[in-house]
Amino acid sequence: MHIMEGFLPPAHALGWAAISLPVLAWGLRSMGRSLHAHPERRMLLGVAAAFAFLLSALKLPSVTGSCSHPTGVGLGALLFGPAAMVPVGFVVLLFQALLLAHGGLTTLGANVFSMAIVGPFVSYAVFRAAARLGAGRSLAVFLAACLGDLATYVTTSAQLALAFPDAVGGFETSFLKFAGIFALTQVPIAISEGLLTVLVVNAMARFNAQELRALPVMALRAGKGA
Amino acid sequence: MKTRTWLLWAAIVLITVLPLYLNSAAPGSEGMFGGSDDRAQQAIGTLAPGYTPWFAPVLAPASSEIASLLFALQAAIGAGVIGYWLGLSVARERARNAQSPAQSSAQDPHAD
Repeated sequence: MHIMEGFLPPAHALGWAAISLPVLAWGLRSMGRSLHAHPERRMLLGVAAAFAFLLSALKLPSVTGSCSHPTGVGLGALLFGPAAMVPVGFVVLLFQALLLAHGGLTTLGANVFSMAIVGPFVSYAVFRAAARLGAGRSLAVFLAACLGDLATYVTTSAQLALAFPDAVGGFETSFLKFAGIFALTQVPIAISEGLLTVLVVNAMARFNAQELRALPVMALRAGKGA
Repeated sequence: MKTRTWLLWAAIVLITVLPLYLNSAAPGSEGMFGGSDDRAQQAIGTLAPGYTPWFAPVLAPASSEIASLLFALQAAIGAGVIGYWLGLSVARERARNAQSPAQSSAQDPHAD
């Protein structure tokens, strides 16, 4: 989902940065407040950040014959709310942009928007909806992480289609083209991320029940046999 | 829980490995299992042939070896923190279990 350095026209690059920056500031404040109120959650937030670090470094093969990576931001969004994952995703993307020439500084705003904003917020919304519909914890966590991951790549496709509309078919044709590259490739990878997130949440439920007692994700009944 | 955990791990491994054998691209074709980011870059090339990137990466890894070093480093940092947490958690649970038989009679039986 990394839009390469210099591959968004200046106006688009600036626009996405202008959207992402205030959300990032809000995310930082919200994360600070949450840690101040619950210092015992510091370690688990570290684990959620580490999960994003680890997963976004793994480029996995997909059925389309190309490789892509999971994002890992769904886990933290479920535990600490989507705002807390905005700074985490930002740090991951900054690391990759500065040291790996993966993504870029000019495209950082757009990449933060897709991976650190849309992903966590979609994960959180899916989780809430699944919980309301009576899903067990495992199913809700799986759907949230999986669809949040996919949403990130759909967003990237839309961002590129906006910047590079097809000469004939416009935004739509271009979007389908980019979605064919990103979103389709991402389907099996998103499923893997969903399953992996369920594993981590199960482990947290077992080991960190005390710290997580007040969090909505633990209020759901564990799935059968979990 | 045990079996389910193993089944989940098996599913993740299968989903990751199977695409190496089942994929829609022609076998041996160019760019097999290249990054989707690079494919997107090529797509931009066909959609907007005149477009030239207006900014270059500040620091680019000197080779693909250096790039994989940095990716491995990123994964290692993440895995290290997760390993620390898992190890600590297992030890803590063990310590709690070892203590509880002695304490349970003295403490409130309803506590946890």
